[in-house]
Amino acid sequence: MPLVLLKHALGFARPQRQIPASRELKPSYDVVIVGGGGHGLAAAYYLAKDWGITNVAVLEKGWLGGGNTARNTAIVRSNYITPEGVRFYKESMELFETLSQELDFNVMYTKRGHLTLAHTDAAMRTMRWRAEVNKHLGVASEIVGADEVARIEPKLNMSRQVRWPILGALHHPVGATARHDAVAWGYARRAAERGVEIHQETEVTGFDVEGDRITAVQTTRGRVACGQVLQAVAGMSSKVAGMAGVKLPIRTIPLQACVSQPLKPFLDSIIVSGSLHCYIWQSQRGECVMGGAVDPYPLQAPRSTLDFKEGLMAHMLELFPYLADVPLMRQWAGMADMTPDFSPVMGKTSLENHYIDAGWGTWGFKATPVCGKRMAECVATQKVPDILQAFRFDRFKSFDQVGEAGAASVGT
Amino acid sequence: MKIMNCPLNGPRNISEFAYGGEVKPVPAADAPTPDWADYVYYHDNQPGIVREWWLHVPTSYWFVAVRDVTSDKIIATYRPEEAPP
Repeated sequence: MPLVLLKHALGFARPQRQIPASRELKPSYDVVIVGGGGHGLAAAYYLAKDWGITNVAVLEKGWLGGGNTARNTAIVRSNYITPEGVRFYKESMELFETLSQELDFNVMYTKRGHLTLAHTDAAMRTMRWRAEVNKHLGVASEIVGADEVARIEPKLNMSRQVRWPILGALHHPVGATARHDAVAWGYARRAAERGVEIHQETEVTGFDVEGDRITAVQTTRGRVACGQVLQAVAGMSSKVAGMAGVKLPIRTIPLQACVSQPLKPFLDSIIVSGSLHCYIWQSQRGECVMGGAVDPYPLQAPRSTLDFKEGLMAHMLELFPYLADVPLMRQWAGMADMTPDFSPVMGKTSLENHYIDAGWGTWGFKATPVCGKRMAECVATQKVPDILQAFRFDRFKSFDQVGEAGAASVGT
Repeated sequence: MKIMNCPLNGPRNISEFAYGGEVKPVPAADAPTPDWADYVYYHDNQPGIVREWWLHVPTSYWFVAVRDVTSDKIIATYRPEEAPP
């Protein structure tokens, strides 16, 4: 047992609270951030650190990082298919590299390598396309054949006696995982230290809109006037934006995942198969973290289904037949903001002081640092940074999609 | 297993159906492009009870379902030419 625990047990002093206790809401803030998940807290941190804006309130209806921040499967990668996407996620990985040091909070960033398996010639062609776009933009990404796949991950079933034999893969050696709760808590703690107020159990119930500005935010704990409003509530984006009269290119669809009982370490890499609609990695606790594509139809509730498990395991057992007798321990779902082009929605809306961080479908956690940093820049300068331009909320009105379907974790 | 009641085929497994989007006014064929973009890409997507297009895939039959998208309960289904219940 670490001796520090003994010291706390015997001493009178209790460890300091990591987040200061909530106070009364002030009558007004320069910036109100709706949503206390990773994204909102990261934006709060960078607003304070990079731009010196600390008269900021983060309003969270539940508890910190309790929504999709707690429900994602913690994978970080940048091997996307569009130059806009690759550039954006690459910056996020660069921030992740030093995040533990930056926040002085261990986010357990662990590079383990990422293999996107190809089972058809068409999939190999898409992988080659992704590899070329990635390398052009300086992201480590390479096509590997079946022999090399078997060498990198010897426990994978390379047999030809399955419905979809593995032909090769896109190898992304810098693919990583990070502790999702720690990311939210690290940002929260350092933002709070700089004076940002974090209000949990404070639900936003409406916006007071005058002309093209939001003048105040209505909450379950009263009304607060605001300079700027940033909403970072993936899963509830349409509902919150709807309160401001803004319609989004989003459908809310559940995304499910599950973990097995802990096993001895057998799997180093993150394994993804788009054709088989499944992915798996083994956590530091030994649990296999597994997931698939989003549900077949929209729903605004995080419920789990048997259909998901059956469909997922049918494919998973082709890749790892010996997992057949391993019991599942937990199963859950999150509500994913699905956009038509599988890219996020960021920047300004049609209102003058309403900023949006939404459309995070199945790719939100990995973007936490860059999105926080760039959305903070967007709010502070009131100008949309170049790197976010392609993701504007009205891009579909001019058919300027950023088509990432070919690089989404497991397609649709 | 979740069951949906198809107005043409009766109760069937939900896996036989495909979601087709919210019921909303369709722009005129010669409406400006942004109106069509709005119709295709932008959705109310609000929690609560919603009317939606659904397709019974094996018979290619389109109909309307009234569904509570917060509880995943299918409240009613009806033929598009019928008045809503």
